[in-house]
Amino acid sequence: MIATRSDGVPEAGACPMTFDHLCVHLGRTRILDNLTGSVRERSIGLLGPNGAGKTTLVHTLLGFFKPSSGAASVLGLDIVGQSRHLRRLIGYMPENDSFVAGVSAVEYVRLMAEISGLPPRQALERAHEALYYVGLGEARYRPMESFSLGMKQQAKLAQAIAHGPKILFLDEPTNGLDPPHRKRMIRLIQEIREEGSMHVVLSSHLLRDVEECCDEVLILKDGRIASTCNLEEERKADKKFVELETVGDRASLAEAIQDLGCTCDISRPNRIKAILPDQVELGLIYRLAAERRVQLRRVSYKRDSLEEIFQRAMNDTGGQNATAAQPKQDQAMEGRSNGGL
Amino acid sequence: MAVYERKYRGYNGPITAEWSRLAIIPRNAYRQVFRSKLFIAFLVFTLVYPLGIGCGIYIYHNFAAVFPYWPDVDPSEALAITGDKFLVHFLTPVGVFFGFLMSLILGPALISTDLRNNALALYFARPFSRLEYLAGKFFVLALMLSVITWIPGLLLFAMQSYYGGWKWLSENYYAAVGLFVGSWIWIAVLSLLSLAISAFVRWKMMARAAFFAIFVIPFGFAKAFNAMFDTRWGDLINVAEMVKIVWHGLFRVPHAADALPTAAAWFSLLSVCAICFYVLMRRLRPYQVVR
Repeated sequence: MIATRSDGVPEAGACPMTFDHLCVHLGRTRILDNLTGSVRERSIGLLGPNGAGKTTLVHTLLGFFKPSSGAASVLGLDIVGQSRHLRRLIGYMPENDSFVAGVSAVEYVRLMAEISGLPPRQALERAHEALYYVGLGEARYRPMESFSLGMKQQAKLAQAIAHGPKILFLDEPTNGLDPPHRKRMIRLIQEIREEGSMHVVLSSHLLRDVEECCDEVLILKDGRIASTCNLEEERKADKKFVELETVGDRASLAEAIQDLGCTCDISRPNRIKAILPDQVELGLIYRLAAERRVQLRRVSYKRDSLEEIFQRAMNDTGGQNATAAQPKQDQAMEGRSNGGL
Repeated sequence: MAVYERKYRGYNGPITAEWSRLAIIPRNAYRQVFRSKLFIAFLVFTLVYPLGIGCGIYIYHNFAAVFPYWPDVDPSEALAITGDKFLVHFLTPVGVFFGFLMSLILGPALISTDLRNNALALYFARPFSRLEYLAGKFFVLALMLSVITWIPGLLLFAMQSYYGGWKWLSENYYAAVGLFVGSWIWIAVLSLLSLAISAFVRWKMMARAAFFAIFVIPFGFAKAFNAMFDTRWGDLINVAEMVKIVWHGLFRVPHAADALPTAAAWFSLLSVCAICFYVLMRRLRPYQVVR
């Protein structure tokens, strides 16, 4: 069971999200299948192809769907037992068009802030501020129906942050945006993350969005956690990742590199990917190649990109539940066992 | 999050009591409704009628002062004001005509627009339950219908009691109960029916047509059923007829010989309210699950 405080107050430093064998059925269809794990970073990406269960997971955490079994908590609060208290702390930007008809942007954001518990005067102030912040200051008295798609996305973000939530769920926030609007939206999310007063959960199928905004990624596939990845650690860690383009006896070179204690992958033709431990210098690789008369046509240093991690997770047809926030080395080893890095 | 800084800042200010948030939806709805001059004109028009009745009561009791040149005329000889007159001359025309029109104007748009624009997810992602949302929408209609039914009705009753004295009040107190209870059962039926239709039919005009039809079609069916089986029980699905029977019971108006029992009418109306409530609770979801 997930431990939560009985008074409904989230504990300081509580995990943003924890899953304990969480299953969700819609009708007879199992959408989320036995999710277990936790995420710890300030900004979390929910990544997966269409139909992977990202939106259902967000909706379940918001209390829209009841888990059929298992449990989950957000900020240390149980999503079923403490749902109402939890929703006080949540900001939610839905994926599709969601607005109140016949009102201006400022009335819309004000209404949502009031329902979140802000007194009318503060709600109006915060509505103006939030709309300025997202870049709709000049359009705040226009009716929502007249907004372009990009403006509607900005207005949705404004209503999600106006009441000062502790955790912000963004469901495909860049959907349908042109490049300038997308860039602006990403910058806003980055600013909110850096401001530090709230966690950000970004659900998207766009790798670039997640990579730019998130510290930790939960990759979903067919309703299961296919992989997790701590991008923050990825960014910080000097992995000594090296990719060699070779001509010659690649297998024997890879074997020799592995004998040095390196993690090695030869799944792509003419390529050897290796993670060098601290004590192994690149010169040693050159020497091994020379001894085996293997030509090194190109040597590139490139850490694991999110795209590669995602591809690896997608190729793993089993869709394993992974423990969140694994150290990079563990992931690398898991990658090797799956036949890729 | 100061405007000039354009930087995000969290909120640590005061938070309202949860019960007080019930008023947010009606307040927002009224803000929109009262932008319409046509609606304001309609509301004023509905209040002219009780004002006219009020003038009538005043003249009735002060005829000699208002018309000093007709000292021989005594209105009480022509018409005695009794409790049932409040049903015939006030609640029936106001409730049936103005109340129905008010529900037709306000009701169908209340939920359908939120459903059409996917606004329910925004409400329910906050500390705001389906029941609170429904209560908020219900109060939008209930308050406006109260303004034109039992509130002026009780004011007129108080005025008549003032002029009629304790004796009149003790003989006709049931009219006050009838005005209040009778108005509320009508308000509940109208509000819940229009909200339920609004939750089903997403287009405002279609919802209005459906609301109208739900009174007319069962009326026709009931008549046909009664004629075919030589009974009166078909009226159970005729909401207007059931309300009439309940009102007659409350205002102590003798029933027609072949009318259904008052208890059956109460049962029918409460069933309608319960079905509407059930339908609303089923329909009010942040997202519709397609199975």
